[in-house]
Amino acid sequence: MAGVPLIAYLALGLFMFSVGVVGVIIRRNPIVIFMCIELMLNAVNLTFLAFAKYMPSKLPTGNTQLAEASMGGQLMVIFVMAVAAAEVAVGLGIIMAIFRLRKDIDIDEMNLLRG
Amino acid sequence: MNTADLLTPNLGVFALLGGIAGLAAVGVVAFNNAVRSALCLVISFFTLAFLYFTLTFEMIGILQIVVYTGAIMVLFLFVIMLLNLGALKSLIEERDPKLLLGGLLGLALAVLLGSQVLLPVANVLETRAPADIGSPQSVGYSLFTTYLYPFEIASVLLLLGIVGSILLAKRRI
Repeated sequence: MAGVPLIAYLALGLFMFSVGVVGVIIRRNPIVIFMCIELMLNAVNLTFLAFAKYMPSKLPTGNTQLAEASMGGQLMVIFVMAVAAAEVAVGLGIIMAIFRLRKDIDIDEMNLLRG
Repeated sequence: MNTADLLTPNLGVFALLGGIAGLAAVGVVAFNNAVRSALCLVISFFTLAFLYFTLTFEMIGILQIVVYTGAIMVLFLFVIMLLNLGALKSLIEERDPKLLLGGLLGLALAVLLGSQVLLPVANVLETRAPADIGSPQSVGYSLFTTYLYPFEIASVLLLLGIVGSILLAKRRI
């Protein structure tokens, strides 16, 4: 968007990523932790798209390489979305399986993998 | 360039959308109830889609609404209601040192990343990508030519995700 500097988008992405990290650390509900991971993925998506639009590189404007590089950022976002969809399906399946096994999903009590 | 040139109407629109998205992100972490967190996440994803529209990435914005707020959040709400988490006492968050420690770590991470990443791009103002870069046509063309192999690998990954979630959802593992 004309008139908005790149640093505004990057700062918003950084803020959302940090909030996601804090959520993963402090929350005990595994579903909320999953949501915070989604938040972090979305913050990274925003950063990818901001860089793809503003392109602070040394290539001259109008170059076909510039269009290719910009498209790379966009396609990366599409693949992140695909991976996030697969991750959420499997992760929520694991949470359901643990809930059926233990009748409780407190993340601090999960120690089945302890050696 | 002085401060009056930087305060454009577009910056106001960005501040409104970005403020909503940021506040909703804080709400995801702060709310104790998982359903409220999920609704905050829906708001955050939705406003992020509008931010993608302001960057003229229309295709990605539509995908964000369909995939995230449509499919993934419905999955989240479905699992929350299936598990009936409101009844569990152990998930009530109590005040413990983890809260302060997590906040401090997050702040340290933000300062570290911000000082390294934000300062070098502080005076990037104009967009340099071509105007029609976000249209479905150009995205589709790129997806089926240059990025054909990643596209196929992503489809295999989604197939594995389907099989894995069906296996995990079976009665006995």
